Amino acid sequence: MPRGFDPPTGWTPDQPLVAIDDVHKSFGEVEVLKGVSLSVRRGEVACIIGPSGSGKSTLIRCVNALVPFQKGSIKVLGIEVNDPHLDKLRLRKHVGMVFQQYNLFPHRTALENVMMAPVQVLKRLRAEAEAEAYALLKKVRLEGKEHAYPGEMSGGQQQRVAIARSLAMHPELMLFDEVTAALDPETVKEVLVAIRQLAEEGMTCILVTHEMGFAREVGNHVYFTDRGVIVEHGPPAEFFAAPRDPRTQAFLSQIL
Amino acid sequence: MHGIAIWFRHLYETTGINLTIAYDPFDRARFLDGFLVTLELSAITIIGSIVVGVIGAWLQGARLVWTRRIVQVYIQLFRNTPPLVQMFFFYFGLSSLLPTIKNSFGMQEPPVSGFAWACISLIFFAGAFNVEIFRSGIEAIPSSTIEAAEALGYTRLQTYLNVVLPLAMRVCLPALTNNLVNLIKTTTLAYAIAVPELLYVSNQIWSDSVNVPVMMVVLFIIYTALVGLLVAAMKAWERALHRPGLGT
Ligand SMILES: Nc1ncnc2c1ncn2[C@@H]1O[C@H](COP(=O)(O)OP(=O)(O)O)[C@@H](O)[C@H]1O
Ligand SMILES: [Mg+2]
Repeated sequence: MPRGFDPPTGWTPDQPLVAIDDVHKSFGEVEVLKGVSLSVRRGEVACIIGPSGSGKSTLIRCVNALVPFQKGSIKVLGIEVNDPHLDKLRLRKHVGMVFQQYNLFPHRTALENVMMAPVQVLKRLRAEAEAEAYALLKKVRLEGKEHAYPGEMSGGQQQRVAIARSLAMHPELMLFDEVTAALDPETVKEVLVAIRQLAEEGMTCILVTHEMGFAREVGNHVYFTDRGVIVEHGPPAEFFAAPRDPRTQAFLSQIL
Repeated sequence: MHGIAIWFRHLYETTGINLTIAYDPFDRARFLDGFLVTLELSAITIIGSIVVGVIGAWLQGARLVWTRRIVQVYIQLFRNTPPLVQMFFFYFGLSSLLPTIKNSFGMQEPPVSGFAWACISLIFFAGAFNVEIFRSGIEAIPSSTIEAAEALGYTRLQTYLNVVLPLAMRVCLPALTNNLVNLIKTTTLAYAIAVPELLYVSNQIWSDSVNVPVMMVVLFIIYTALVGLLVAAMKAWERALHRPGLGT
């Protein structure tokens, strides 16, 4: 599927597609992100791993402005997310997000879930959006499930619909928040296959995951977070072979 | 038609059951008119109160504190006061504040008819309950579903109309049905401000014909049927909204 690329004015491909700089985020008194910085270039897959509660979800939810943050800067395609006058719609057109709990619209069929936003948000023609929705569902191997409701599908199938739903908006960046954590082991693979295919097509991704094998295989860079800071990061080969920080070592030894 | 009239006249002469609306053209005409007024009142207030509920529930989720407070005051006011008092407030209170206008006969008359005031007051009354009913439905929706819509670029209003409302509706239909049943029954209050609805015309008929018990039975039957029809329609709507894996 050819993806038209029209970056907002001012952004050029030599800049990082996502630049997170010294982000601080508190919920009330509790500081959940304590100065996080990372950047992702176009076509790269950044994997974020770390113990539960370390702020991974909060970080990627800051990226598409689902949660506001107090300090620091996040630039996506040159759009400053921490701008009080941020046009959220403009940002979110470029950023797709897939959640742990799929969060499909349960009153709509798989096909409708995929074509709703293009029609209602992007005001695309129904027929066009529908044709693309069929193609996207086929791409995530859900041919024949177009008219099934979320309640009639397995977790893995629903998650693939959710991926197709995000892709229908033609994002430049995809955020995945532990998208396989709620799935049965048998269906994890089918979702990972879909994500790997995206990564291979050059989609820029930020991927929060507990699937270390997958992070190693698909990731270009791995970040380990703990208690609101990035403790250690590097290319997966180095990162997994020789973690330097004792916290990283402890975490990896627990999980592997 | 003629045969039926003869039969009912015969029924009256032999048994004393006097169903004038079945054989007397004048009574039949005013009875049918009253029935139509009740149907109109019911239809208009049902639709109006649902619209008020939808808008009120939306405003209750507004960011502005004052918007939410005003909605809350409205709900408290109309839920905690008797609907008859509300109707009098509109018809005698508000109406007297409005200037009168000259009608086609050159006479001064109020700009808003009794029928219109009845509609307005009943819509406000039932609407207050509908706001609360929709809100309870909205609260049952997981915030993560709403977040998914936001992440797709939906505005708050788009999310409300395309995701929140359709899902909330499924949750709160039984409560909504209850309130609308009450609303149909409450349309009889329009009697008190001389709107010629079913109860009002029935009263005229039994005053003239002294057939109170017969007309009472007729009223019971008609309201039972009307409410039954509404409940059946709401059940059909509920079935139409059903989706696999959603609700019961
Ligand atoms: N909406 C919220 N309100 C208050 N605290 C929150 C909220 N969301 C997350 N937190 C807290 O922030 C911390 C980080 O959460 P999260 O980003 O979900 O971590 P992770 O995804 O790494 O498990 C946790 O301690 C969590 O309790
Ligand atoms: Mg998380």
